[in-house]
Amino acid sequence: MSAIAALTEPRTRPETRPAQVGTITARAILLALMFVTLMPFVTMFSAALAPSGTYPPGLQWPANPQWQNFVDAFQSAHMDQLLLSSTIIALGVVPVSVLIGTMAGFGIAKLAPKGSKVVYLLFVLGLTLPFEGIITPLYYEVKALGILNTKLAIILPLIGLYMPFSVYWMRAHFVNVPDEMSEAAEIDGATAWQQFWRVQVPIARPAILSLAILQFLWTWNQFLLPIVLVEVPLERTMAGALGAFQGQWGTNIPLLCAGALIILAPTVALFLVFQRQFVAALLQGAVKG
Amino acid sequence: MSLADSQRSGVVRSPTSVRGRAALVAWAFIVPAFIFYATFVLVPIGMSIYYSLLRWDGIGKAQFKGLSNYLVVLSESDFLQILANAFQLVVYFTVIPVAIGLGVASAIRNHLGGRFGATARTILFIPQVIPLVAAGIAWSWMLASDGVVNQALSLLGLGSITRGWLGDFDFALPAVGLIGAWVLLGLCTMLLVTGIARIDPSLYEAARIDGASAWDEFRWITLPGLRQEIGVCVTVTVIAALASFDIVYIATGGGPGIQTTVPGLEIYRLAFAHRQVGLASALAVVLMLLVILCVLPIQWLTRQPK
Repeated sequence: MSAIAALTEPRTRPETRPAQVGTITARAILLALMFVTLMPFVTMFSAALAPSGTYPPGLQWPANPQWQNFVDAFQSAHMDQLLLSSTIIALGVVPVSVLIGTMAGFGIAKLAPKGSKVVYLLFVLGLTLPFEGIITPLYYEVKALGILNTKLAIILPLIGLYMPFSVYWMRAHFVNVPDEMSEAAEIDGATAWQQFWRVQVPIARPAILSLAILQFLWTWNQFLLPIVLVEVPLERTMAGALGAFQGQWGTNIPLLCAGALIILAPTVALFLVFQRQFVAALLQGAVKG
Repeated sequence: MSLADSQRSGVVRSPTSVRGRAALVAWAFIVPAFIFYATFVLVPIGMSIYYSLLRWDGIGKAQFKGLSNYLVVLSESDFLQILANAFQLVVYFTVIPVAIGLGVASAIRNHLGGRFGATARTILFIPQVIPLVAAGIAWSWMLASDGVVNQALSLLGLGSITRGWLGDFDFALPAVGLIGAWVLLGLCTMLLVTGIARIDPSLYEAARIDGASAWDEFRWITLPGLRQEIGVCVTVTVIAALASFDIVYIATGGGPGIQTTVPGLEIYRLAFAHRQVGLASALAVVLMLLVILCVLPIQWLTRQPK
């Protein structure tokens, strides 16, 4: 093939055609991926509508959809109490954890007192920690603190467990804020505390929002801590309580599926409302974590 | 030196005490986070190490046993199988999502615009926002003997291989791996798709003009360009596999036998069901070290050369 043909071919005629073929292929691939992603929800939904206590045969729209299953699952699992309990736990964890994580990130990045590098390294060390690694001592510690079987048994340890990521995340943000910002404030005689609230926190708002979203998700979906540290399912997070239902309704597939769908509904609903922020937080969260 | 500075240091206090005060203020920002971290992470890590040297039922008197718990964890065949299970899960949790993600990313490079792309992005992220427990329940139902997987296989004329996948001695662990792959697939795909969009398109154009094959493009442009994103995907998925708990707890409970038991589940069982706190803690320390030992080289290999 001549040099001219090699140069002109991709430029002139096929320019539009491969692009369209590419788009169609891309859409076909994405459709397949979306199908695989949604399949579990669809089968759960169809199973949830089968008569309670039966074994529905795979994916099949029931002749007589039993919407009542959702009501039964909601009531017998005390979903209203669980929603309240999960909300209290999330509200106990996220604001405190985000606030002190942001403060520490600012302190390490901008004020950088002597020795803070070592402390930062200690925090980073915890980034890959599997929770199972410390769940046993955590049980005895929480017991010694007298908060076993209370919501605090989930709230306080989670704040500690989120610190490596929070500090890492917020420090990465503050390191990139130009120093002139705080210098200007310093000349105006602002204390570090005023500088933090008036200058730094307003600029850090997107980073703080992402952090809050991630920690809300992690708290809401947390499973190991609730099942170990809180015996009463109704004092747990929704995900933790789901473990108890499985024991309770393990053989009643329609009710189990209805319960699981109710339990995953709040996060999915929140996700659909705030999808842009969630997607950004999850992508950045993975990259930085 | 500004006027304010000289006033503060000259008139009110000596320069050293100003610096001392500044350091105190700085530490006041850091200390609350550190107290929580120390109390609920560093101290428990220390206690895990201490417990790992004991023979203790969690209630009565503990006996100091030195390193004998580690000897058990690293030599008894059941424990070795449990550790091997975790590494086998890495194959499913990591290789499937990263391989599919790379394929998809190269195929749809620059075609993820518009409303269709946005919808796809949203849907592919859903597994990331639901509790893993719910994913476990959904898939145990799909993989059950009368679940949709077998239904599909029968439709394809493969009725002879249908079974209760999660109860099958040979297929339970791959089936659990498949659940993890499903959870992580969307995240990896989106990370790689976002990454590939950042590669300079002129590189691909130049390669095409040079007559490079699709494989050459992939090998010499896409792979190096996605180095960092691949590193992120591999790190996240390897940790998810080694530290897996929720999915296994719900889908199989570790069975049949110990075919799908992973370290996280065994720690939970040893500590809270069998009251063997020492052994559980030794396994916990081994797990923490394994995760670090696996993650560090990945980070080191995929760090962008500066």
